[in-house]
Amino acid sequence: MNIFDRLMQIDRRWVFLFLVILCVIAYVADFQIPILIEPEVESIFTFIDTLPKGSVVFIPMDYDPGSMAELHPMTYAIVEQCWRKEIKVLITALSQNGPGMADQALRDIADSMLVPKTYNGVSYPAREVVNGVDYVFLGYKPYPALVILAMGQDFRLPFPLDYYGTPVDSLPMMRGLHNYNDLACAINISGTNATDYWISYGQGRFGFPLAIGVTGVSTAQYYPYLGSGQIFGIMGGMLGGAEYEELADNPGNAKDAMRVQLFAHLVIIAFVIMGNIGFFATVRKRKRQQREGR
Amino acid sequence: MKQQIPRILVFIFGIFLIFQFFVPHESSEWVFEYLLDWNIIIGVFALAVGIWSLFKVHVEKIRTHKVGWQYSYITLGALLSMLIFGFTSRNGDEWGWFFVFWLSAVMVLLMIIQAMAAKGNTLMSVILAGAFAVIAVIIGAADNAWAFHFQTAEPLQATMFRRSFDFVLISIHATMFSLLAFFIASAAYRAFRARNVMATLLLLSALIVMSRFNPYLEPIFGEYLARTSNWLMNVPNLAAQRAIVMGVGLGIVATALKVILGIERGYMGKG
Repeated sequence: MNIFDRLMQIDRRWVFLFLVILCVIAYVADFQIPILIEPEVESIFTFIDTLPKGSVVFIPMDYDPGSMAELHPMTYAIVEQCWRKEIKVLITALSQNGPGMADQALRDIADSMLVPKTYNGVSYPAREVVNGVDYVFLGYKPYPALVILAMGQDFRLPFPLDYYGTPVDSLPMMRGLHNYNDLACAINISGTNATDYWISYGQGRFGFPLAIGVTGVSTAQYYPYLGSGQIFGIMGGMLGGAEYEELADNPGNAKDAMRVQLFAHLVIIAFVIMGNIGFFATVRKRKRQQREGR
Repeated sequence: MKQQIPRILVFIFGIFLIFQFFVPHESSEWVFEYLLDWNIIIGVFALAVGIWSLFKVHVEKIRTHKVGWQYSYITLGALLSMLIFGFTSRNGDEWGWFFVFWLSAVMVLLMIIQAMAAKGNTLMSVILAGAFAVIAVIIGAADNAWAFHFQTAEPLQATMFRRSFDFVLISIHATMFSLLAFFIASAAYRAFRARNVMATLLLLSALIVMSRFNPYLEPIFGEYLARTSNWLMNVPNLAAQRAIVMGVGLGIVATALKVILGIERGYMGKG
């Protein structure tokens, strides 16, 4: 077996080992990689950044712990941006494990708000965010398509109580907030096909401004909706989260994890190139042997 | 009759909901709201049926000693544990006898499973299940350190429910998802070979799209890499995705019509 045959048949355990070593090095190393901003992410940031105080941004968090590495950073960056700018946030979670994710994110971001911060040169004082005033978390209901349609009539139909069991009508933020017409926009962060429902049954029927944050593997399938104007922005996977953190000047887990992702991609590209070198050399050798055989 | 009543119901509700979608009249919306409540009620029943089905499948697995039958105990034990954590919360800072109660309740379940799965004498399992049930009931009635909450969302904020989610479920899901990276790396190495024109196009597109996020390649390729990548996403990808989306949409309409008109009867367990 020559070197080219070996290049084609590297044991997958070597691939795993290289990947682990480089990922660990990238994770522990202390350097930042520059993030290139794409217009589809910038449009979401600009939309929220230009909203007046007191506007309501709706964030359906439809993802499970499996996709939290990619999607949690987007949630953290957007919700903190909203709260720092005194924009109210309405939240639902239409995937089974979504309520736990949303609850965890809200606790963490509320803690972060207790510290004064400076983002993009603007200083924001510490403040305590109050449930029912700064945000309302409506929770989970099954059958996302029907829940989305029902919320188009009134949020109270599927959610008479919020996640914490408080009647929605008793929450100050919900006064005058009935359906999608009362929102500035919705930003669906999803690791499931709930995004399809938000586009078809939500934006398609009720026409509110919608942006999405999805996992890296799903990003490509939602570009048609960006082209048609049904959504005004896409954040795709870890990179989308890192771009948002860069724009918000609020570096978090996504920017950190981009180091690991970049090195993992380099390992994959290197192995693909090695495999193809071996493949072409073997094909060439076989052809030469066939010619000589004749 | 068993066949016709479901078909008539599906026809009536299917046709009504198609028209309701396009009629924003108050009365049509009132009926839709009413049907939403039905939907949630049916969902709750489906959940109960699902749990019962899960229980039966795992008991059968234990009874017949299928591969990995031991894990069925863990699955059912975890199911009951999360139910208990989701319906209980502490009254103060003390745990009291909560963990003894929890362990007794889990043991009751395990003994019931053992009795159902055993092929011989089940008397000992039944006696033990009864004994653990008595312990659980006594602790549940007498211990004031914690309480059951069936009608409120209080336990969702309770320590055990949150910790189980934050430190068990999240870790398990994240671990499973992380493993994908290794399989993707291995699969990419084996599958991305330039065997023919189509495979070469796929390979080049994948390399360009993967590399567009690489800031260190920008000084070498300038903005050509990003431009080519954006073109790939916005032109060929968009065209293909549109075709798929429209095809899927038409397929959904055709399937829905077949179900409503009673041609497709797979939902009744028959084709």
